[in-house]
Amino acid sequence: MNTALSWIKAYVPGLECTDREYFDKMTMSGTKVETFTRLDKNLEKIVVGQITSVEKHPDADKLVICQVNIGTETIQIVTGAPNVVVGMKVPVVLDGGKVAGGHDGGALPEEGITIKAGKLRGVPSNGMMCSIEELGSSRNFYPEAPEEGLYVFDDSVEVGADAVEVLGLHDTVFEYEVTNNRVDCFSILGIAREVAATFRLPCNPPVVEVKNETGDVNDYISVDVQDDLCTRYCAKVVKNIKIAPSPWWMQRRLAASGIRPINNLVDITNYVMEEFGQPMHAYDLDTIAGKKIVVRRAKDGDTFRTLDGQDRSLDHDILMICDGEKEVGIAGIMGGENTMITDNVKTVLFEAATFNGPNIRKSAKRLGLRTDASGKFEKGLDPRNAEAAIMRACQLIEELGCGEVVGGMVDVKEPLKDLVTLPFEPEKTNAFLGTDISKEDMLSYFERLEIKYDPATNMLTCPSFRQDLKGFADIAEEVARFYGYDKIPTTMPGGSAVAGKLTFKMMIERKARDVAEFCGFSQGMSYSFESTKVFDKLLMPEDAKERQAIRIANPLGEDYAIMRTVSLNGMLTSLSTNYNRRNGDCRLYELGNIYLPKALPLTELPDERMQFTLGFYGDGDFFTMKGVVEEFLSQIGMNGKVSYDGKHGKTFLHPGRGAVMSYEGKVIGFLGEVHPEVCKNYDMKCRAYVAVLDMPEILPFATFDRKYEGIAKFPAVSRDLSMVVPKEIPVGDIEAMISQRAGKLLEEVKLFDVYEGDQIKAGFKSVAYSITFRAKDRTLEEADVTGAMKKILNGLESMGINLRD
Amino acid sequence: MERLDQIKEEALRQIKDSEALEKLGDIKVQFLGKKGELTGLLKSMKDIPPEDRPKMGQMVNAVREEIETALENAKKRMEAEVMEARLKAEVIDVTLPAKKNLVGHRHPNFIALEEIERIFVGMGYEVVEGPEVEKDYYNFEALNIPADHPAKDEQDTFYIGNDILLRTQTSPIQVREMEKGKLPIRMLAPGRVFRADEVDATHSPSFHQIEGMVIDKNITFSDLKGTLQEFAKELFGADTKVKFRPHHFPFTEPSAEMDVSCFKCGGTGCRFCKGEGWIEILGCGMVHPDVLKRCNIDPEEYTGFAFGLGLERIALLKYEIDDMRLLYENDIRFLKQF
Repeated sequence: MNTALSWIKAYVPGLECTDREYFDKMTMSGTKVETFTRLDKNLEKIVVGQITSVEKHPDADKLVICQVNIGTETIQIVTGAPNVVVGMKVPVVLDGGKVAGGHDGGALPEEGITIKAGKLRGVPSNGMMCSIEELGSSRNFYPEAPEEGLYVFDDSVEVGADAVEVLGLHDTVFEYEVTNNRVDCFSILGIAREVAATFRLPCNPPVVEVKNETGDVNDYISVDVQDDLCTRYCAKVVKNIKIAPSPWWMQRRLAASGIRPINNLVDITNYVMEEFGQPMHAYDLDTIAGKKIVVRRAKDGDTFRTLDGQDRSLDHDILMICDGEKEVGIAGIMGGENTMITDNVKTVLFEAATFNGPNIRKSAKRLGLRTDASGKFEKGLDPRNAEAAIMRACQLIEELGCGEVVGGMVDVKEPLKDLVTLPFEPEKTNAFLGTDISKEDMLSYFERLEIKYDPATNMLTCPSFRQDLKGFADIAEEVARFYGYDKIPTTMPGGSAVAGKLTFKMMIERKARDVAEFCGFSQGMSYSFESTKVFDKLLMPEDAKERQAIRIANPLGEDYAIMRTVSLNGMLTSLSTNYNRRNGDCRLYELGNIYLPKALPLTELPDERMQFTLGFYGDGDFFTMKGVVEEFLSQIGMNGKVSYDGKHGKTFLHPGRGAVMSYEGKVIGFLGEVHPEVCKNYDMKCRAYVAVLDMPEILPFATFDRKYEGIAKFPAVSRDLSMVVPKEIPVGDIEAMISQRAGKLLEEVKLFDVYEGDQIKAGFKSVAYSITFRAKDRTLEEADVTGAMKKILNGLESMGINLRD
Repeated sequence: MERLDQIKEEALRQIKDSEALEKLGDIKVQFLGKKGELTGLLKSMKDIPPEDRPKMGQMVNAVREEIETALENAKKRMEAEVMEARLKAEVIDVTLPAKKNLVGHRHPNFIALEEIERIFVGMGYEVVEGPEVEKDYYNFEALNIPADHPAKDEQDTFYIGNDILLRTQTSPIQVREMEKGKLPIRMLAPGRVFRADEVDATHSPSFHQIEGMVIDKNITFSDLKGTLQEFAKELFGADTKVKFRPHHFPFTEPSAEMDVSCFKCGGTGCRFCKGEGWIEILGCGMVHPDVLKRCNIDPEEYTGFAFGLGLERIALLKYEIDDMRLLYENDIRFLKQF
C-alpha cells in the first residue's frame, strides 16, 4: 500500500509532522511504515521559466540558445531539447540546483545531478530546462508530457513559480505493511482513520452525495445473484459518458499511489478503489446482453478471454459475472475483453460487489492471475463499504462532468451481518494490560476509531469496516495501541515459582554433544528431507524397510522429496563436502530425527527418532569410533557390557569392519567403516567411519545417578594369560567367558596384546590378558585366585584355546 | 688440642674444595663417622686427665657442629648449583607452536539456543518439545488459522497428506502443552520448522524456532514486556533497549513485534541495522482467548503470553554470519570458528 501524505492530509487536515515523526508514530500505533520517499528528492532550485527567444548555436547543429524569463530575470540557457518554442513555459533548474535523473529515464542516482552554469560549445549556459524524466518521474504519471524533450507547463502557470510545487511533487509517498487482519487499511480512508487516532486529530472523510440523478436504474439493468459466493452486488448506471482526462489533483494522487492516469472514467474507478478499498468494475452497458447481470459459477472446462487478451480455463469453483447470454468477467479478479470500455462508450454500468474472500484467493491462484482487485477481494471486503464506494464513484462522475448518474441502485445482498457489540470493561482491560488507563482516555480512543459507546447499556459498537474487532482482547489491543505500547510498564510474572528445567532426553543429548566435542567431533546440521536416491547410494536392497519413507506432497524438488529414515546421508554428504574442499581430518556429529512411518500413506504421526550420528575421515580407525561411543555410554551411566556383533547386515558398512551394538539385549545402534562402494558414491577416496546411536533405545538405560563405591584399600592380585586362539574367535567371546567364570573377586579383564604373524601358526592369533582380582575387605591369598584361574583355564580349553608356551 | 684444630682446619678445607655432593658424604664419613677422625679423638680422651675431659668434650662437640654446619651449607650451595645448571640446560623456545588438543566445536545455532535456554530456565521455564511432522489442527486450526485463512498460504507449508504436514512454526507446541491440562505453564519449546522456501542466503526450507509461553492467573501484557526485556538484556547485553510495535498474529491478541537496539552501534544507526538503530528480533502477544478456550482453559480465569523467535536469525546476527547456507553445509572451517 503506497499513498501520498498529501492525500491523507486531505482527510486529516490538522496533521503537522515531519516524515520521520509520521513514520515512527504510525509504526508505533500499528500501521507499520516500510519506507518513505520524498517525491522532491534531489529537486532543488527549479522554477517555471518562459522561453522568450530561440537562436541557433553557431557551432552546433543540435543545440539552440534560449533566453528564458524566470520571473526575476532572463537567463541564457543552451539546450539540445527538440521541442523548444518561443513562449513555452518549462521547468528550469538554476545554477547550483539539482535534478533527480538523466533525460533517458534510467535509474535515479542517489545524490541526484547538480547543474552548474558553464559553456556549451563556447556559449554560456546558466541553467537547464528539464524533461519529466530529469524530474524523477515519467510519462506514465504525467501523460501530458511530450514523448521527447522538455516538460511543458499549462499556459496558466505563473512564470518564476516553484516548478516542483506546480508539478505536485512536494509530497512524500509512504509504503505501509498492512497486516492481513486490517482489510480496512488497504485504503486511504482506513489509513486516515488510523492517522487521526494516532495523532489525536479529527478525521474528515469525504461526504458522499450525488446531487442530480435522472431516471431509474431498473429500466437499464437487472441483477440475478445465483450463488452465495457473492455476498453483495451493487449496480449503478451512468449515461451520456464524456471521456476526458481526469483533473490534475486526481492524476497526482493516483500517480503517487503508483497508478497511471488514463481517463476520467478509469481514473474514478481506480481512485475509489484506493480511497475506499473497494474495487469497482465498469462495463459498457451496450455490450451487456439482455440488460441483465447474472452471478454464477463457471462450468468445468469453460474458457474465457480476460481484458488482457488471455484465454483462461475455468472450473466450477470460479465465480463468474455474466450477462443475459455470456460470461463478461471473472468475479473479483478481471473483467472480460467482450465488455471492455472503449473511448466510444455511451452508458456505463458500475459494479461494486463483495465476494467470499478465500474463494477469490484460491481462484486467483489457480488461474495464475492475481490482480489489484483480487488482492483486495481475497481479504473479504465489508459489504457495507460497497454501497458507499459506488456512491462515491457516482459523486465523482457528477463532479467531474463525466456523465449523468441514473437514479437508484440495484442492490442484491445477503442480509448484512449485525454490527459487533461488546461490553466496555475498563477494569478488566487494565488488569489484562498491566496498566492504569482512565475510562475517559479509553473512550477517547474509541471515538477516534469510530467505535460507538452507549453509556446506557455500557456497550461498544464496532464499525462494519473493522471486521477484526470480535472480542475483549481485540478491544484491549485498541486501547494498548493508542495508549502506546511503549508506555505500558514492564513487570515480571508473579505467581508460584516453578523450577525451570530440561527434559531428561535433552540432558542426555547435551551429554552426547559434550562427549562428541571432547572427542574432537564438531556439530553439524542437515536437512530432514532428502532424495530417494539416498537408498541406492547406501546400497540398500529394493525391499529395505528404510525405503518405506514419508513422501512430501509438494517438495521443493526430488532431492528433498522424502523424510529421512536413515541419518547417514546427511553425515556422509557433509564429510564429502569437507573432503572435496580438501579440509584435512574431519570429525562431525549430528543430533537429529529420522521419521519412521507406522503405515503408509500416513494416517497417524510417524515415529520421530532422535539419532546421535558420528562420522569422520582422517586420523583414527574403527576403534577410535568405538572409544567415542563407549565414552558416551559410560558418561550416561551405561557401564554394563555393550556387545558388538560383527554380523551387522548393514549394506553401507564394510562387511568385515562394522558391528551392531546391543545393550542388555537391546540393539542400540551400529558403527563401522563405511563400505568403500558407498564412499565412492559420496565422492570420497578415503576411509570413513560412522556410528549411529538410536537415542530412544538408549534413554531407558541412561542415568545420571552415581554411587560412590569406595577406593580399594587392599592390594590386588594379577595373573597374566597368553594364549593362542583360532583367528575366527572374537576376543569378546573370550572376555565374556572369563567374566562369567572368574567369580566375585574379579576386578578387571584387560587385553594387553593381540598378535598375528610369523611366530604364530597360520589361522591363529596370539592374545594376552591381564586378569585382576581384589577383595574389598582383605588381602587376597594365593589360594583365593587359584580356583578361579583353574575355571578360566578349563573354559579356554573348551573353546579350543591353548596357552602359549 | 692441637690435633683438634688440625682436624677442624683439614675438614673445613676439604669441604671448601669439594665440588660434588658425593664428596661431601666422604668428608662426613672421614671426619664424623664411627671410625672418623673426630670420633677417634674422642676415644683418645681416656688419655686426658679426668678434670679436663668435660672441657675437651665440649671443644670436640663444638668442632663437630662447626663441620656439620659447613657440610650442610656446602650441600645447599651445591644443590642450588645443580638446580641452576639443570634449569639452564632445560630452557625451551616458548614461541614454538602449541600442541593442539583435538576438541570439536558446537554449531553456532546451538550455542545461541543453549544461551537462550539458560536464560529462560533461570526464569523458571521448562524446556519441552513437540513433533516435527504435525497435524494440521495443531499447526493451524487450534491457533485460529482455519482452513481458508490466508496465513496458511503465506507460510508455504509442506504437506504430507490432507491433515498431516511439516510444522511451519513451533507454536503447535503451545497447544500440546495447554492440552495436557497442567497449569500454570512456563514453557520454552525449541525446534526445527519447515517452509517451502528455496535455499538462498537468507532462506532455508528448514530452520529453527524457539517458542515461549506463560499461562497463569493474572498474567499481563506488562509481564510480557518485562520478561522479554529481561531476556534481551541477558542475550545482547545490559545496555540493550527494546521496542514493542503493534503487529498481528492470528493466535495472539494484542500482538507485538519486538525490536532491540542495534548491538553493533548501540542504536545510533549503522550498516548492520541498516541505519535504523533497531533490529527486529521476535513476535509475541497475549495468548488469544479463543486459543485458550480450545484447549479447555478458561480465559476469564487464566491469561498468558507467548513469543516466538527464529534461532538462525539470532545466530546470524550474533555471529555476523552473512549466508544462511553456511549453517547447513557443515564445512569444518566454518564450524571451527565457534
